[in-house]
Amino acid sequence: MYTTKYIFGFVFIMTSLVALVLSGLFMGWKDQSAINESIFNKRAILGAVNDHLGGKDAQTMGDEEVNAFFDKNVKQIALDMSGTELKADDVIKAGYKGGKAEHIDMAKEKKKDEAERIIPLYIFDAGQEEFYIVTVIGNGLWDNIWGNIALKSDMSTIVGTSFDHAGETPGLGAEIKDNPTFPARFKGKKIYNEAGEYVSVALVKTGAKADDPHGVDGISGATVTAVGVEEMLKRGVKYYEPYFNSIKTTKKSGVRN
Amino acid sequence: MAETLEKNVVEPKEPLFGKVEKKLLKDPLNDNNPITVQVLGVCSALAVTSMVYPSFVMAVAVVFVCGFSSLLTSLVRNKIPPQVRMIVQLVIIATLVTIVELTLKRFQYPIYRQLTVYIGLIITNCIVMGRLEAFAMANKPWRSFVDGIGNGLGYGAILLIVAVIREIFGKGSLFAGSPLEMKLIGTTPDYFINTMAEGSWFGWYANNNLMVLPAAAMFIIGVLIWIQRSYNPKLVDIS
Repeated sequence: MYTTKYIFGFVFIMTSLVALVLSGLFMGWKDQSAINESIFNKRAILGAVNDHLGGKDAQTMGDEEVNAFFDKNVKQIALDMSGTELKADDVIKAGYKGGKAEHIDMAKEKKKDEAERIIPLYIFDAGQEEFYIVTVIGNGLWDNIWGNIALKSDMSTIVGTSFDHAGETPGLGAEIKDNPTFPARFKGKKIYNEAGEYVSVALVKTGAKADDPHGVDGISGATVTAVGVEEMLKRGVKYYEPYFNSIKTTKKSGVRN
Repeated sequence: MAETLEKNVVEPKEPLFGKVEKKLLKDPLNDNNPITVQVLGVCSALAVTSMVYPSFVMAVAVVFVCGFSSLLTSLVRNKIPPQVRMIVQLVIIATLVTIVELTLKRFQYPIYRQLTVYIGLIITNCIVMGRLEAFAMANKPWRSFVDGIGNGLGYGAILLIVAVIREIFGKGSLFAGSPLEMKLIGTTPDYFINTMAEGSWFGWYANNNLMVLPAAAMFIIGVLIWIQRSYNPKLVDIS
């Protein structure tokens, strides 16, 4: 029979060994894992402007290439809810050590009060044209869903999107990521109507009319995810409105040029 | 006195890979398959098999975890106090699973993102713990290791069969997401058979979305069990 002392000793030694091995592995690979994650996110952001990458495809670009391309052509700024540009210190104060917009963890921001959130904005310079890529997050059926929406310089026309999710059902909700035709449906749709009012884009259950600038086809069998996407767009893109308005006014008054 | 006597008995030298090991490796592939015969580990078999590449990674991970947890458990089996044996087994499994998770995060990030939840769930995969309790606790390390690998392979084989069927009919591709990606049948010109091409014989064809849903895996596994039972007389109840 084993004494209590032996049992405690056995368990203690075993758990210490395990903890040592695992923490060693974790620390040793932490940096590379973080790089992998950032490249994964950058690829997703570039995926939203896939048509304007100069003939390249974000999915087939190598890791190094994605990194270099992103750093060269994309300007990133962090915004607060009033549309003010944040300095690196402010981003660090919000809890992100890197201090750049790309370090903002949307899932973490989602848990904060709406007024305290900070959001990243990526400005992609495609040569003749600039695209504004906004990041949105919302609720799917099972877990978070998020996406990057690329807007033309009029800040209303969508040129591309990329979506991802944490745990939607394959074949149903997961189609927002797996089905390449889903993100493509948003191309050419408009966030603002003719009168300049904010309307966002809705997912229409029975199928959107071809000429409807504010509606796309929904996903059959995935009502909750579709409603989530719609809500996420409606709420998430609006966060950027104050900043867009400030750019629009400076552009009009000609200060920027 | 008794002790010395025992030591003098010379054990017959066993080959490293003898009949027993072969049986341990082969049995789980057919006669004692963890999924189709023991019906263990079905949860993950339904969930991850919609595409071949993630299933392959999952299968490799389970072979690794199953093999090495059996080996480690068997190595310390005489030292484990029976009161805490389940906890010890779980710690060993959880350690290996975490190693798999960290490795994927470091070397295969996209697939890690795709499999996150399921890799963690290997810990609760009944096959792994079942082998530890049923075999590794009572057998020598080498045999336990072979037994673990065998059961991992039995699980992986079913996973791959189901995944190949589901991916071909559900998505029209094979190994999507890996460097070996093959596009077989679909609606764009980069597919081998383009159903939208003019004059195509396959204009009527559309991918079957049911195959992407987990329910399809259940039907396929059911059919596999049926086929296996009708071919393998050992599995038929003679009662």
